[in-house]
Amino acid sequence: MTPRVGRARIPGQAAREEGTAAGPRTGDLGPGPAEIELAVNGTARRLRVEPRVSLLDALREHLGVTGPKKGCDQGACGACTVWVDGRRVLGCLTLAVACEGREVTTVEGLADGDGLHPMQQAFLANDAFQCGYCTPGQLMSAVALLEEGHASDDAEIAEWMSGNICRCAAYPNIRAAIRQVRDGGGGDRP
Amino acid sequence: MRPFAYTRAADVAAAVAEVGSDPGSEYLAGGTTEVDMLRIGVARPRRVVDINDLPISGIEELPGGGVRLGGLARMSDAAAHPAVRGRFPVLAQALEKGASAQLRNMASMGGNLMQRVRCAYFRDGGAACNKRAPGSGCAALGGVDRGHAVLGTSEHCIATHPSDAAVALTALDATVHLRGRAGERSIALDDFFLLPGDTPEREHPIEHGELITAIEIPASEEARTSHYLKVRDRESYEFALASAAVALLVEDGRVARVRIGLGGVATKPWRARRAEAALAGAPAERASYERAAAEELAAAVPRRMNAFKIELARRTMVRALETTASLGARGGTG
Repeated sequence: MTPRVGRARIPGQAAREEGTAAGPRTGDLGPGPAEIELAVNGTARRLRVEPRVSLLDALREHLGVTGPKKGCDQGACGACTVWVDGRRVLGCLTLAVACEGREVTTVEGLADGDGLHPMQQAFLANDAFQCGYCTPGQLMSAVALLEEGHASDDAEIAEWMSGNICRCAAYPNIRAAIRQVRDGGGGDRP
Repeated sequence: MRPFAYTRAADVAAAVAEVGSDPGSEYLAGGTTEVDMLRIGVARPRRVVDINDLPISGIEELPGGGVRLGGLARMSDAAAHPAVRGRFPVLAQALEKGASAQLRNMASMGGNLMQRVRCAYFRDGGAACNKRAPGSGCAALGGVDRGHAVLGTSEHCIATHPSDAAVALTALDATVHLRGRAGERSIALDDFFLLPGDTPEREHPIEHGELITAIEIPASEEARTSHYLKVRDRESYEFALASAAVALLVEDGRVARVRIGLGGVATKPWRARRAEAALAGAPAERASYERAAAEELAAAVPRRMNAFKIELARRTMVRALETTASLGARGGTG
């Protein structure tokens, strides 16, 4: 589709000072490749993409952010779950260009360096995965679930995690991990 | 996916002008239908106009007990709003039984009304489909029709309307507010959806570029005792095989006011007016509910694999009425 661009991380401040994408955009982009800026895990990233490129493909194929996974590519599996402006959404049904000016957070943004997020620790402690392919999406949903306040019991957890399919069927262990973090047992990171 | 251009609209007037003046432009809101349709080549615009920055995402309590949902209010925000939960529990329940948490965070209320059917033949560019390619025929007739409609069908289209929220909204007598190049107008929700007839490609009585700016729900006493029952192949994250939205007010053991919507079984969000007429003044008991449900489904047309939906819809409506009546008897608000 489009040529790949460099993967070097561009510090957010430097990119903003160059300032091509900071203000509201006027006029059409595309249909050919256009330069856009995305804020990914707190870092401003520049890339050239066609408007048809999904957020998921932009992250994986253009920026090398491969935590979000491509399962169904049609909004049915949840493997591509990321946060946009702090809300969990599906990267495969989001256009990358539509995320200019918004904050994108992937599973790579959960950990603090080598220090895992409590939910990541709880997934390890509870053996909450087998093949692991759905896990980045499960984690992004699980952390959001607790912030939304939809984890009062197992039935509610199951309902509000239903957008994340696990073909290994690790569901009981995923629920156990979520319960553990909900009850304050996930680790010491706030 | 075919290439297309992109622009982000700064205000409602600009968005309406951009799309209204260009048959090749389409709106992009939450994208949960549109990006899917773009990817499978069913939507083929030359340009999408992103309307997510427009200031029509608010949810407003109206004096007197109604609620006005901005066209870009997200399903999750509408479902969580205290006024929606308190005044129109059937809508909050229908919203939360739709799609998944991620999709509800993305999908807008206006987009929910505009979402396209899930008929596999509509989505398959190689199949005959009068909705996608008028005059090409309907592969669902005689095809795999287990999920298809039994009410409101024609010989040209039997696709089921997939929305849950619209089923609740039709029972609540909501109004759709539109802004077009010619100005503003409003359409009753029941009139906003067209039966397929011999023009299944025409789903709404609106012009290209008319934008849903708001959905208004009028106050009603019976809506406070309302309920949404959804029956499906799996417990969550699945479209309805049959669903019923019921608002019911019982006085002295009789049905004083009732409004019913049916989902999963019809080509549009189905207002069950025959059942409502049969229930007017009737004893609030199972026999009345069964008679009303039978009345509504009398016109149903079964196909090869979906005849079960007629009985399922009857039972779904009866159970939803019983559940709603019990909410009223307890004096609860759902």
